[in-house]
Amino acid sequence: METVGFIADNLDLIAALTVEHVSIVGVAVGLAILTGVPIGIAITQNRKVADAVLYTAGVLITIPSIALFGVLIPILSTIGHGIGYLPAVIAVLLYSQLPIIRNTYTAINNVDPALREAARGMGMRPLERLRRVEIPLAVPVIMAGVRTAVVINIGVTAIAAYIGAGGLGTLISRGISQTDPRQLVAGALAVSLLAIVADYALLWAQKRLTPSGVRA
Amino acid sequence: MITLDKLTKVFETANGPVTAADHVSMEVPEGEICILLGPSGCGKTTALKMINRLIPKTSGKIFINGRDTDEQNVTELRRGIGYVIQQIGLFPNMTIVDNICVVPDMLGWDRAKSRKRAMELLEMVNLDPAVFANRFPKELSGGQQQRVGVVRALAADPPVMLMDEPFGAIDPINREVIQDEFLKLQKEFRKTIMFVSHDIDEAVKMGDKVAIFRAGKLEQFDSPDNVLAHPANPFIADFVGSDRTLKRLRLVTVGQAMFDAPAVTEDDTLDRAAGVMRDLDHDFVVVTDRHGRPDGYVRQAVAEAKHGTIAEHHARLPVTVEAGQDLRTAVSQMFTHDVTWLAVTDSQGRYQGVVTQQGITHLLGKTYGAAATAGTAAAAE
Amino acid sequence: MTTAVIAFRRAPGLRHLLTLLLVFALGMGVQASGLVTDIMDYWGDIVFLSQQHMVLVLVSGGLAIVTGVSLGILLSRPAMRRWAEAVMQVLNIGTTIPTLAVLALSMTLLGLGFTPAVFGLWLATLLPITRNTYQGLLAVPPALKEAATGMGMGSGRMLLKVELPNALFVIFAGIRTALAVNVGTVPLAFLIGGGGLGELIFTGIDLAEPGMMLAGAIPTALLAILVDFLVGQGQMWLIPRGVNPLR
Repeated sequence: METVGFIADNLDLIAALTVEHVSIVGVAVGLAILTGVPIGIAITQNRKVADAVLYTAGVLITIPSIALFGVLIPILSTIGHGIGYLPAVIAVLLYSQLPIIRNTYTAINNVDPALREAARGMGMRPLERLRRVEIPLAVPVIMAGVRTAVVINIGVTAIAAYIGAGGLGTLISRGISQTDPRQLVAGALAVSLLAIVADYALLWAQKRLTPSGVRA
Repeated sequence: MITLDKLTKVFETANGPVTAADHVSMEVPEGEICILLGPSGCGKTTALKMINRLIPKTSGKIFINGRDTDEQNVTELRRGIGYVIQQIGLFPNMTIVDNICVVPDMLGWDRAKSRKRAMELLEMVNLDPAVFANRFPKELSGGQQQRVGVVRALAADPPVMLMDEPFGAIDPINREVIQDEFLKLQKEFRKTIMFVSHDIDEAVKMGDKVAIFRAGKLEQFDSPDNVLAHPANPFIADFVGSDRTLKRLRLVTVGQAMFDAPAVTEDDTLDRAAGVMRDLDHDFVVVTDRHGRPDGYVRQAVAEAKHGTIAEHHARLPVTVEAGQDLRTAVSQMFTHDVTWLAVTDSQGRYQGVVTQQGITHLLGKTYGAAATAGTAAAAE
Repeated sequence: MTTAVIAFRRAPGLRHLLTLLLVFALGMGVQASGLVTDIMDYWGDIVFLSQQHMVLVLVSGGLAIVTGVSLGILLSRPAMRRWAEAVMQVLNIGTTIPTLAVLALSMTLLGLGFTPAVFGLWLATLLPITRNTYQGLLAVPPALKEAATGMGMGSGRMLLKVELPNALFVIFAGIRTALAVNVGTVPLAFLIGGGGLGELIFTGIDLAEPGMMLAGAIPTALLAILVDFLVGQGQMWLIPRGVNPLR
């Protein structure tokens, strides 16, 4: 009951923290799409490079986020941004690489070879083929990767509150340090809700982006 | 022996009850293969699966070797029935030999004994045990897997086998080979088998009896030849196909259609050859060599117009058939070589007689004639 | 040289190890500036907290495997079919909840200390295992079950001999994901009094003490990579060849 009261009294604060949270995830995942999709497409050209890239991204995502922050802080301190927004965005950017690169790579690789041959037979050049056949077919799978990245990183960003990045994690961290269950529960609920809403919204987007011809 | 007595299955569906088996009664004698045949959804698979109680029956009785299956424990019943399905269902987590020994192991057989039998069975289907016994199913081709599927059903030596379109997923060439192998196994083991198929050719080839189903009803239960020669109704005639007479060719051996025709040898004179032809009212005669093998033939026109020994004037035979082969092969050879008759040999290649197009037509026509007379007789009564 | 390259490509295990060494060397190289001595000042803490860290992983992960697999089996039984999909929906939503939130909620329920930490970690680890066990069992081809039933196999024997072995690879994949989540979350357990290497990281951040931070961060990262490596090896070698796509 107290928690409900707290939430009602602090809607403005919660809204502001949500905006902060979303902006970190949004900017970083947006950047990750800009880097990850081209990388994913590029590595379809060479199996060995693909293995190496996917493997590196796989190791990166295994590293616990707080440990990654711990490593980033001393490095970024050298340019005066050890804590705050920048390390949070960089961490999210790095964690988003695996799902986005992997899904792009798999999607492009899984395009039916017959389609590729048909496109070539019609005289499409490689870039035309990519733009008109392969990418449209790959978009839903890439979106699934984006969705995974967003859900993971809403959690990562919550932890980034501990390095002063703001966001809904602030409520949780304050709730823990001040042993204030109201803030803690409000923060936990808000961040969970954000993750669930984002998951469903992106699922919806993923379905909308699936060309109607290949929808299940 | 498998006996079905007024076996009935009614499925309750959203659109009301559907009868998948409607008072089906039949009897498969010991050691015979009965093919359950019909279009999809006709109830043949339902009938089969009621026997090992994978589908509970609504009413009726099932007896195996005279024993009412209702009185048996379901597990015990199933372990005593070999079961082969189209998807094969080999367990990917077990090696081939462990797959084969699943039922013997459940029955508590001695391990060494069951493994030994598994090896023997593998050998019987031309899979070298040394190579295949310890492989996993995914390391075998589809045809090899299905051979193992059949062998697995035989492992515990059940008197009865149920086979649900066992060769349906195999490519046509391999299917023929596996069917032949299976018939060879059956010759040795003499199991009582219920076998579901939707392929009339398979039914004709494999079945001692054929049971044709439509909409849950058993429409005809007869020998393959009778089903082809005398379809009980237009549905069956249509189902077995307008080329059903050609299909019957498979069921008759060359030996059955062959008749004796004396041969001549190379040393005989053309006059003698002409005499033989006149006696037989044939316009040809077969020439055999010293070992009694057909070597050529002499045409009537040649024999009457010329003189001398046969060795100087005989023509070569383009092809011969063995008495054990089916008529389909014989007819096919006739068409291929544009001839109206063939010399028939035994398995050693020795001359036996001849088979002619006219003779085949006459033989196939005889049963139709008999049916027509029977029909007339029935109408007269 | 060639053989080394081939071995490198054939054995992902070797690759993992090389990477471990590389990361280690890199960490050493970059921090040669004097941070190494700073980090080594915390050696005693590193050893003690690493042990706490591993105990948290083993206890919560072990419990999660046992309960997750059992729950997955239970949900896959025909008698549960009516509820199973609804439960899976809840579990799917559960997996999207950030782990920090799970730990925070665990603390409001159970307070501070080892138990709430284990409970929170267990909960976060449980879901992927349950989900994969359930889906893995459901994905066992119906033909296998029909063949087994037709041969007179009972349901218990079928579960042990047919269903579980054929779902094992999927179950293991779930365990791998779950343990990665678990190991990634363990450093946060410090926040609710669970101990572990998170203590060095969070305290280091608060005190702006890079040596302390790295003394926690580097072993945490190495432990995470090590656990993933071990589970990956387990997936490779513990699952029988017949049902293991990796072999």
